[in-house]
Amino acid sequence: MSTVTTVVIPTRSPMRRLWYAGPVLVVLLVLPWVADQYQTILLAYGLVMAIAALGFNLLLGYTGLLSFGHSAYFGVGAYAVALMVKYLGVTSMELHLLGAIVASVLVTAIFGVACVRYTRIFFGILTMALSQVLWSLAFKFFWVTGGTDGLRVPTPTLLGVVTGKGDKIAFLAHAYYYYVLAVFLVCVAVMWVIVNSPFGRALQAIRDNETRAQFIGIPIWRYRWVAFMLSGVFTGVAGALWVPLNGLTTPDILHWTFSGKIVFMAVLGGFRTFVGPIVGAVVYNYLESYAVGYTVYWQLFLGVILVVLVLSLPTGIVGTAERLMARRRAPRYPQGGHK
Amino acid sequence: MSVLLETKAVVKQFGEFRAVDRVDFRVQEGEVLALIGSNGAGKTTLVNLISGLLTADGGQILFRGQDVTKQPVKERIRAGIARSFQLVNLFDQLSALDNVALAIFSRQGKTRRLLTLADADRPVWAEATEVLSLFRLDTKARTLAGGLSQGERKLLDVAIAYALKPRLLFLDEPTSGVGTREKAPIMDTIVSIVRSEGISAAIIEHDMDVVFSYSDRIVAMHQGTILADGTPDQIRRDERVLTTLIGTPEPPR
Repeated sequence: MSTVTTVVIPTRSPMRRLWYAGPVLVVLLVLPWVADQYQTILLAYGLVMAIAALGFNLLLGYTGLLSFGHSAYFGVGAYAVALMVKYLGVTSMELHLLGAIVASVLVTAIFGVACVRYTRIFFGILTMALSQVLWSLAFKFFWVTGGTDGLRVPTPTLLGVVTGKGDKIAFLAHAYYYYVLAVFLVCVAVMWVIVNSPFGRALQAIRDNETRAQFIGIPIWRYRWVAFMLSGVFTGVAGALWVPLNGLTTPDILHWTFSGKIVFMAVLGGFRTFVGPIVGAVVYNYLESYAVGYTVYWQLFLGVILVVLVLSLPTGIVGTAERLMARRRAPRYPQGGHK
Repeated sequence: MSVLLETKAVVKQFGEFRAVDRVDFRVQEGEVLALIGSNGAGKTTLVNLISGLLTADGGQILFRGQDVTKQPVKERIRAGIARSFQLVNLFDQLSALDNVALAIFSRQGKTRRLLTLADADRPVWAEATEVLSLFRLDTKARTLAGGLSQGERKLLDVAIAYALKPRLLFLDEPTSGVGTREKAPIMDTIVSIVRSEGISAAIIEHDMDVVFSYSDRIVAMHQGTILADGTPDQIRRDERVLTTLIGTPEPPR
């Protein structure tokens, strides 16, 4: 081979796209001091769902697999916490997160073996069917799961010192909000490294062309399985963080309609971008919360808004924003692709 | 020259139809071989069997003396068998550079790495850049594969296979779907690279000008069997090839 003097390195270096992260982080950090408690708790819910959507999008956006069963892993995380409280009396949030991670690894490892051999609609239906199995278990085994009454989860202890004894709302709007924010930031950082790692690129290769990926030596099923587990673990962590906010876990979060919400969040934000699902989750959470407060026909109201948003922004909120920004400068990439 | 690849009575059956019928096929070290035959002759099926896309129903495939008949694709790639595709198979939403870099990451066993940044691995990007310039695609490094012209896509498909550092490269119709004027530059580029690197190449091709210009040896297939095997001069004069495949008693110019 000839000696080459100029090495082309990818110019889409994701670091350069983080310029907007600073101001956003400042807003997230000061919010509990400037906004009321309701707003802060609402954003905490949004950040929790953002972790779930981030995990979900490792499969949809990066591996090309549309899961309709992510409620299962969210629910596994939530119920792992609830059952740890009920049977073991554990109140430490760190142990809750650990328990949720272990439980979601176990469940996704088993479900993944069944699912990753399939793609497209077959994968979607299989993931949905498996999540419905967990939903029916939570629904029927009421002596363990509390059935439709669910399981109550008291406020946990954070880092072994901060407790929610006393004003629960103040705890959720300050200490717990910062705890959620910290876990969210760690999840974003880890996921960002994963999607930009050689493994992340290999997942994108599988998404784009399974046959070619196989013929450069990538073990398709094994990598999909690992992606499936990672995706489920992120969603499981979200489930664990959600329980103390909600104070209760019920089978609703295992139902396939909850999976649909996660899918919608990713699509709304733009599943072809890294931050799309995060933005989608936060926006969806606000839309749903305000729609519920605005009218009893909130599902109809929300449905119409979402249909209009998806039709007018087919690449999602972030996808559209990036396209508008790209119009102002010379396009480096013709179309599509992860930014 | 020693034998690099050998198939012994290899068979592939699709229902009642025997696409490859007890074929004994050989590729020597360092040669450029052309595999010709009409549509349905079994050329691509034979390549699919050797590369591992299909599993043989009978017979044996030996690569450098090792039996690879039942080995998965990954093992065959590791042994040194790579291929391009008739219908170009690229990672369309990734840049040309990413396409080649992925093959290098995979060859080096680095795609398992979850917590390191791909962009930070400068040696891989340096090698990918080098491969792209060899294939005259350096100016397209940052273009998404989906946005390349058909000729460039064909070259990139071969470049990905080349980046795996194979000893034997199968090229399934590397000039199909490209304009007549583009064919010679594409073949010149590919053949000069494989010859200078000492890689054996087996090219499936329908264009007889390409076949006779670039190959050391030609294997003609018909109805799942090998009809003729010889140098371009021998094949040019082979009555069976002329009447069965080329359809004219006149030898091609």
